[in-house]
Amino acid sequence: MEIDREDGRTPNQLRPLACSRNILHRPHGSASWSQGDTKVLAAVYGPKAGTKKNENAEKACFEVIWKPKTGQIGKVEKEYEMIMKRTIQSICVLTVNPNTTTSVIIQVVHDDGSLLPCAINAACAALVDAGIPMKHLAVAICCCLADNGYVVLDPNKLEEKKMSAFAYLVFPNTTLSVLPEGSSVADGEPVEHGIITSVTHGVMSVDDYFLCVENGCAAAASLSAFFRKNFQQSQRDSSKAG
Amino acid sequence: MGLPDSSQDLSTEMEVDAFRRIFPLRFFERHLSESLRPDARPLGKARDTIVNPGLVSTADGSALAKIGSTTMLAAIRMEVMTPSTDSPDEGCIALEFHMPPICSPTVRPGRPADAAPVISKRLSDTILSSGMIDLKELCLVSGKAAWMGYLDIYCLNADGALFDAALLSAVAAFSNLEIPVVALNDNGRIVAISGGKDEDNASIIEKKAVNKEKRKLTLKNIPFSLTCILHKKYILADPTTEEESIMDTLVTVVLDSSDQMVSLYKSGGTVLAYSSAVKSCVELARKRAKELKQILGEMDID
Repeated sequence: MEIDREDGRTPNQLRPLACSRNILHRPHGSASWSQGDTKVLAAVYGPKAGTKKNENAEKACFEVIWKPKTGQIGKVEKEYEMIMKRTIQSICVLTVNPNTTTSVIIQVVHDDGSLLPCAINAACAALVDAGIPMKHLAVAICCCLADNGYVVLDPNKLEEKKMSAFAYLVFPNTTLSVLPEGSSVADGEPVEHGIITSVTHGVMSVDDYFLCVENGCAAAASLSAFFRKNFQQSQRDSSKAG
Repeated sequence: MGLPDSSQDLSTEMEVDAFRRIFPLRFFERHLSESLRPDARPLGKARDTIVNPGLVSTADGSALAKIGSTTMLAAIRMEVMTPSTDSPDEGCIALEFHMPPICSPTVRPGRPADAAPVISKRLSDTILSSGMIDLKELCLVSGKAAWMGYLDIYCLNADGALFDAALLSAVAAFSNLEIPVVALNDNGRIVAISGGKDEDNASIIEKKAVNKEKRKLTLKNIPFSLTCILHKKYILADPTTEEESIMDTLVTVVLDSSDQMVSLYKSGGTVLAYSSAVKSCVELARKRAKELKQILGEMDID
């Protein structure tokens, strides 16, 4: 039984992606990321000297500031800030610039569903633009569970409200390796299947969750390919100009 | 290389407490290789859990939950309010999680702790999405009056696994909650009945379908949570603050009484969670849910 989505997409189809980097001149790195109508702007300032009070001074520190489109900052924004901060800390190499603070500012331009994954993707693109050393990228995707047990990817706002449960999943990006063995394997599973961050809403069975993870993983692979293509494209453009 | 060699040289001469402070990760790994933790717990075992209901006499429902040293006090106060027009038959719950300076040396007055609003939001999401409370039970007069429950959770001692203890205290407070008796008076307003004054009772109309005696809420699908740390190949259940500060990958699994997953929360961390690790965490959470169910059951009987 197929699911009919309003915009005619198949359950595993993502909305059109668009990413542009270096759009703002004051921040050291900036990016705008849009998935369909959801658009987020990310800016990175750093590394700046000194860490915050309770943070470890032997490592680099990150702070995330989330600005919603309208309204005051409340608990929702604080939660997003904490999730993003911990995700960014796990993908960046913290020992290269110890005792520094890097700020990531997220500005929501339009929210049409799947907002946190969009923001994480934008932050990654901005960090790359700023040249912050990272181990790998974080590729984020939203997976919903429809009532009949189907997994629907990248929902818009109406779909998110209708669904019984959804999960925001963040995976490391796929590696393109020159080694004949291909991508690295840990514990018998490829590194790309490991979950960096997972936030779920709504009740689902454990098996449904693993189904979401599987589908999310496959979508993360196509998002990784988009990232790679986008970065290589701008690399070629800038080398032609310079 | 500096660090590993120096720790081996000094470890034979150093006192245990000094080694614990200077090389915390090595101290823990020595224990983990023997499948134990410094407090002699096996890796998958949670700390001793105690739940005490009904401590706050001025509140309509309250409970104190202790997991090891982590202590949470939850109290519920019910007030009558007009329901919103989108849901005229439903009451509502407002949850607030406080971390006063007493709970931890890192929390200072005037600067709210970073973790407090995040845990507050996670708790209200978990409790509302688990369907434990049927908001329609909180309705008094459709469209005109409904109960609003203010649930406040105070952290009295923060020693790791704050979300687990807070959720347990909230659930215990709800099962201890007794909705106060009210009646509809002549002006069409809800008034509280205290004790039983004869003239008041006589003048009040034949109780327009409002409760006659203090009633308890029916709780279905109670959520139980377990936080685990992932470190290399090890999975540690119910971490203390010391363990959380050294190993930063935390996974919180919330299961309800019908074995459905209410929430799986993993927020960054150096270790990636593969399906095998997630499955083990879910298994540990299942065992823990059984233990907690039994503890709550004993509490109700008292």
